[in-house]
Amino acid sequence: MNRPSSTTNIRKVITASSLGTMIEWYDFYIFGMLAKTISTQFFPEGNPTAALLSTLAIFAAGFIVRPFGALVFGRLGDLIGRKYTFLLTLILMGGSTFLIGCVPSYATIGIAAPILVLLLRLLQGLALGGEYGGAATYVAEHSPANKRGYYTSWIQTTATLGLFVALGIILLVKSNMSDAAFNAEWGGWRYPFWISIVLVGVSIYIRMKMSESPMFSKLKAEGKTSANPLKESFRNKANFKMVLLALFGAVMGQGVIWYTGQFYAQSFLENTCKVDFEQSRTLMLIAIAFATPFFILWGWLSDKIGRKWIMMVGMALAIFTYRPIFQTFLDDTKYEVPESISPKNLDIQISLLSGTQDSLLVSTSNYILPDGKKFQTKQTDTVFYNSGQLSIGKINIINKVLPKATYWKFVGLIFLMILYVTMVYGPIAAFLVEMFPTKIRYTSMSLPYHIGNGVFGGLVPFIGLLLSTTYKADPLVGLWYPIGVAVLCLVIGTLYLRNKIDRNIKD
Amino acid sequence: MNAFKRYFGLLFLFIAPFVIFELVNGAIKNIDPAGTKDINNPIIWIIIIAIFTPIAIGLVIFGWYAFKGEYDHLPQKSKDL
Repeated sequence: MNRPSSTTNIRKVITASSLGTMIEWYDFYIFGMLAKTISTQFFPEGNPTAALLSTLAIFAAGFIVRPFGALVFGRLGDLIGRKYTFLLTLILMGGSTFLIGCVPSYATIGIAAPILVLLLRLLQGLALGGEYGGAATYVAEHSPANKRGYYTSWIQTTATLGLFVALGIILLVKSNMSDAAFNAEWGGWRYPFWISIVLVGVSIYIRMKMSESPMFSKLKAEGKTSANPLKESFRNKANFKMVLLALFGAVMGQGVIWYTGQFYAQSFLENTCKVDFEQSRTLMLIAIAFATPFFILWGWLSDKIGRKWIMMVGMALAIFTYRPIFQTFLDDTKYEVPESISPKNLDIQISLLSGTQDSLLVSTSNYILPDGKKFQTKQTDTVFYNSGQLSIGKINIINKVLPKATYWKFVGLIFLMILYVTMVYGPIAAFLVEMFPTKIRYTSMSLPYHIGNGVFGGLVPFIGLLLSTTYKADPLVGLWYPIGVAVLCLVIGTLYLRNKIDRNIKD
Repeated sequence: MNAFKRYFGLLFLFIAPFVIFELVNGAIKNIDPAGTKDINNPIIWIIIIAIFTPIAIGLVIFGWYAFKGEYDHLPQKSKDL
């Protein structure tokens, strides 16, 4: 019963686990990616209750509910088994996502709309917290010892592939309709949520056909499963020490590197460098597509040379290169309006400033430079009704389109950052699985994973904003948070972790 | 190497309270009901400080264990846990 599975069987195990996990990530991401549209539909500006619910939907789902989901479903997975637990998380996630797409807007049902969306978002966070540990444990417990890193690395591709699929589906829907049709109450923004139910249906069908993990089945048959996984994980000092080591010596650094490479970089290009919306997304998609196979490479290599040093080298490279990479983004997007070139067109819109008789003049101009750079300038002037005076606003350069060479240079730099992600993330499932015994594995590995990714990783934009508001002189000051966390993790990992591959995880 | 591990444990013991102090300080300086940014929102600060405090306590415990030499030798088998 506990013999290593055949190649065909392990392929089925990996496909069933990876597909479901990828769909869960897809479900989780589309909410964030469509946040702007969602907020206008469900959380209208000027309503304090809706604003509070919006804040909770964004922050509580990631920071509180994900680790809580890790505890709830981790415990369940160690009590009743991996298969049924991560089947449950998939149903919960898919159902919540589909239902978010069905909730009428605030304009139709009032405050019930944001309350329903908040509840469904919290369910999503809970389900995500339970999914990963189950999938990683399930695959690892089916894998032969010499291929554990390689097989579990397929699970590691799912977070990035989920992001890729979410970006792709949203771009596809958006490109087939007007902005008005996309943003309407029952418009195209709901399609990605509805698509989820089909994806989840297929995944549930595949997962239903799978058998329970052989190691868990053996434990259960022998009556050796844990009676209280939470107590045994966190109140048993020897195991709790390993939970702390997993969190501070590996997962917290991995979390910030993962978040910086895949999210902060895109937000930096879009909001700080003002790169065109479509370009900032397509360059991410290309970089992700090229970097994703490296998850498998590092997972495979970790079976040969151990997990520790691959993760530590990834962290070290990120620490030393983040600032130069982001500085290049800033330098290469420093566009100036040339005096010798006239704009291609000039659009002026006049509107009344609310509550006064003063007017706002918004002028937008488009420029195309000989070196291939394209951009838009936006200037807002104010005409004061009483004095007749004109206050000239600052010229802002927005929607910068990068020339071909710079575009590919940026693709390369994003690729490099995602390569670091693959180094720290590729081997980590096998690493975590090997740290804990079978009977409390699901619980023990899920909590540090979701604190590292949900809390440490999820805080990257908030702490970045906090630092850049406090220290305004340095536009790259926000990077000190991921760099600082990665340094601490690198020191702890280098000093305290062992590079040994645990061949026997059946105990 | 084990001596290094123990001395670094002391460092982690002090980093954790410093982080919480900085977070509380950041909250006091930035919470502003009239502000529109995330860092002006008290709810976000409450969530972050509430979730970070047990993590910081975990780092203190980790530092203490390291200082006491509990990480000098890691368990070799699950039965050692």
